[in-house]
Amino acid sequence: MDHGAGMPLDSRVFEAMKPYFMEDYGNPSSSHSFGNSAKEALAASREKVAQLVAAEKPQEVIFTSGGTESNNLAIKGVAYRNRAKGNHIITTAIEHISVINICKFLQKQGFEVTYVPVDKQGVVDIEKLKEAINDKTILISVMYANGEIGTIQPIREIGKLAQENNVIFHVDAVDAAGKVPINVKEEKIDLLSISSNDMYGPKGVGALYIKTGTKIQPIIQGGGQERGLRSGTENIPGIVGMGKAAELARKEMKSEGKRLTRLRDKLIKGVLDKIDYSFLNGHPTERLPGNANLRFSYIEGESLILGLDMYGVQVSSGSACTSKTLEPSHVLLAIGLAHEEAHGSLVFTMGKQNSEEDVDYVLEVLPDVVKRLRVLSPLTPKEILR
Amino acid sequence: MYSEKVMDHFMHPRNVGEIPDADGVGTVGNPVCGDLMTMYIKVKDDKLADVKFKTFGCGAAIATSSMTTELAIGKTLEEAMKITRADVAKNLGGLPPIKMHCSNLAADALHEAIKDYQKKKEAKK
Repeated sequence: MDHGAGMPLDSRVFEAMKPYFMEDYGNPSSSHSFGNSAKEALAASREKVAQLVAAEKPQEVIFTSGGTESNNLAIKGVAYRNRAKGNHIITTAIEHISVINICKFLQKQGFEVTYVPVDKQGVVDIEKLKEAINDKTILISVMYANGEIGTIQPIREIGKLAQENNVIFHVDAVDAAGKVPINVKEEKIDLLSISSNDMYGPKGVGALYIKTGTKIQPIIQGGGQERGLRSGTENIPGIVGMGKAAELARKEMKSEGKRLTRLRDKLIKGVLDKIDYSFLNGHPTERLPGNANLRFSYIEGESLILGLDMYGVQVSSGSACTSKTLEPSHVLLAIGLAHEEAHGSLVFTMGKQNSEEDVDYVLEVLPDVVKRLRVLSPLTPKEILR
Repeated sequence: MYSEKVMDHFMHPRNVGEIPDADGVGTVGNPVCGDLMTMYIKVKDDKLADVKFKTFGCGAAIATSSMTTELAIGKTLEEAMKITRADVAKNLGGLPPIKMHCSNLAADALHEAIKDYQKKKEAKK
């Protein structure tokens, strides 16, 4: 139940990609017929990704190497292009680490960044965001949904606000695309980052939606592919895979979303009912279909992961002990959790591979894993162990 | 990520619990950092007759606590004071480098418990 960390390729995606390794290996920049097939595949994939986010024209989608590159191109691209206009960027405290680190990088180069706080459920404080806008603001960057706590942001409202203030609006939709419906036009989004491997597509491919008229500076210089915005020979097999993944996600989103929401809610309710001193992190309803982030008092997340792993259940944690930096998740701290609370959080990200039996199984084994660790913990009050 | 021995001690920790009439108690770590452990010791004839622990923390924190109690029981106080974090890690078949410092505090907790015992003994004189 750790789809957030890695998803398998959908077999239909693999089938679609196969011919583009050994048979149709042409370069879309070539003029001969061999290049044509690649060119057509590229165009078809662009169209499919455009449809997934309801873009007006396929040309508004350019392919990159993944979500991180899309975020880099969007944020740095806007910042460098609009430097004369202003140097102020607004983002939130719970963005993906790539957005946070890009902003920190830009701060070193003289850009000012406001990190707008979120409430206890992880929803961006719109009033604070509004107050942060000034005449130097060139970009607002807010994630569509947070992959860790699952909270979906009021994107439509923020889009409207950005438009009213004539500020470019970037949305990191890596954790949302393919899982919840996105409409870049209605939500007034200027730039939108998507990754392929978060929707059962291959790793190493992503896309950036760039609304017609939005001016950005490329960050990779070269042969001028992707309208000069992303040079480098196109990763055709990967792009075909992403196109197929986008097509499947669009067609199956409704039924799969409904199924995962039901599993998610069953898991959350079951855990909260069965285990005392357990809590849900993030928003109860405005959350990603397969995401359940649960917190258990008195115990630590990594030992919970190991305990569950012994039963064959794989999950993630926001605990410092599972990170490379030994710092707890900035997202959990931003929603107001104390360090020791953040340590005791578990993230379940369910997807296609999960069934109701999986949820039932977790509900069967998790109470014992939690209890065993609570017996070990010096923080557990004696009265709750009875 | 962890050795088999670490997983064994994590899944089946030895000497878990408190000693209500302990001769010495030592606590190290901090829940803010994600690791907190308490060691309880019972001393007889200058030897560790019993050692028990309670730990909040990751798998390594729990396994090192358990291993430390195993290494300590039966040793003289002087010998027990010489048990190092490296000894604990070695007996567990090694620990991931990142866990060597943050989660390998059990030997320190044991030493604190022994010092607590010695302080109490001094005070009685």
